[in-house]
Amino acid sequence: MNPFALEILRTTGEHVVIVVVSVAIAAVAGIPLGIWCARRSAASGTVLRTVDAIQTIPSLALFGFLIPIPFIGGIGMRTAIVALILYSLLPIVRNTYVGIRGVDPAVREAGVAIGFTPRQLLMQIELPLATPAIIGGIRIALVTAIGVATIAAAIGGGGLGTFIFRGVAMVDTTLILAGAVPAAILALLADLILTAVERRMREP
Amino acid sequence: MASEVEMRNVSVAAPAGATILRDVSWRAAPQESVALIGRSGAGKTTTLRLINGLVNPTRGQVLVDGADLAQTDLITLRRRTGYIIQGSGLFPHRTVYENVATVPRLLGWNEDKTRAAATELMEKLAIPFDRFAHRKPRSLSGGEQQRAGIARALIANPPLLLCDEPFGALDPIVRRELQQAFVALRADATIVFVTHDLNEALRVAQKIVLFDGGTIVAECATGDFLRCDLPLARELVASATLAADVA
Repeated sequence: MNPFALEILRTTGEHVVIVVVSVAIAAVAGIPLGIWCARRSAASGTVLRTVDAIQTIPSLALFGFLIPIPFIGGIGMRTAIVALILYSLLPIVRNTYVGIRGVDPAVREAGVAIGFTPRQLLMQIELPLATPAIIGGIRIALVTAIGVATIAAAIGGGGLGTFIFRGVAMVDTTLILAGAVPAAILALLADLILTAVERRMREP
Repeated sequence: MASEVEMRNVSVAAPAGATILRDVSWRAAPQESVALIGRSGAGKTTTLRLINGLVNPTRGQVLVDGADLAQTDLITLRRRTGYIIQGSGLFPHRTVYENVATVPRLLGWNEDKTRAAATELMEKLAIPFDRFAHRKPRSLSGGEQQRAGIARALIANPPLLLCDEPFGALDPIVRRELQQAFVALRADATIVFVTHDLNEALRVAQKIVLFDGGTIVAECATGDFLRCDLPLARELVASATLAADVA
């Protein structure tokens, strides 16, 4: 295999690792946060506005802001992952919140009236019924993160952005495509697979 | 052992400050069947929901078997109280059998006992186990869903049954069938039910409690209701087409 193809494979692998690690951590943090918001309507406004606000920071600027921060910042893949976690929170928190709030009140009340404890109600009724929405949130987070992760190369995070930045600097379309095409394929694959999972979950 | 329900001077205020119920007192004796009737917004559903703690009284006491609900473990109480609502409230992601088996599983029954009880009850409610157990609620007709909801409420032989317009959304024929099945299956439970159908109240209840504007305006034996000379009662009787079996 020629060295160019090998490098595309290696950076694609890096890209997948950055994205999957980020979205996984965002899901582990975001799903409980979304549940918490759905339970406490007073606090939910503040939390949802905060994750909304993070989303509005231009991605290149967010990477830049993180560089000088001790422990989580600096140059490299770790900083890229921190930024992507922050970006992925919004769709996951919001969809979890909307999914749980969207459970039919009659169904929730039937669960309470039948004698479920709050924990049983969450695990047996609310979360299963909110799962398609939560998967939808993870899908949006993944597709977004695959795109945004290309910018991670700007702060030495690696991934497919490496080709794009090099291509832009050298005004070399082939190099740009070497990063952009695999990134687009990854995003399409993630979208297709998770849409299928989501649809399967919605089936009766 | 059927339950006894009593309310003593119960008032409920809405969060905004409006009064939903004002100084309501009534009682359902063990094995008695009590219909709560009145116009929409008169407070009958709130009264029903006080009994299993879905609503808390602002003032006064709600007692089930002599115990004040404020000092009762509501989770335990709810597991031995059947609750039937209009539209069934079935869990859409679970099969009919899983829905019916909910309370037995919470109570820790073994699978054989649960299955036997479900099979027997579903047979009596004309939703035979073989044909319905593995279906999801949304593939059932409205009447079948309501039957499954009734099976879920009755399976553990609760000493107390609370029903809110249990047959409200059904066509008259199915409604009639279900009322009969329900009366036959109630065993010796105490029943409190909300209805706007006077025929249903007269058919199922021994006592009628009439609500108006958040208070009780009449409480009388079913047989006496047709002779009650309160204007609201006479209006209800006049506006209902009494069925042949209750007139």
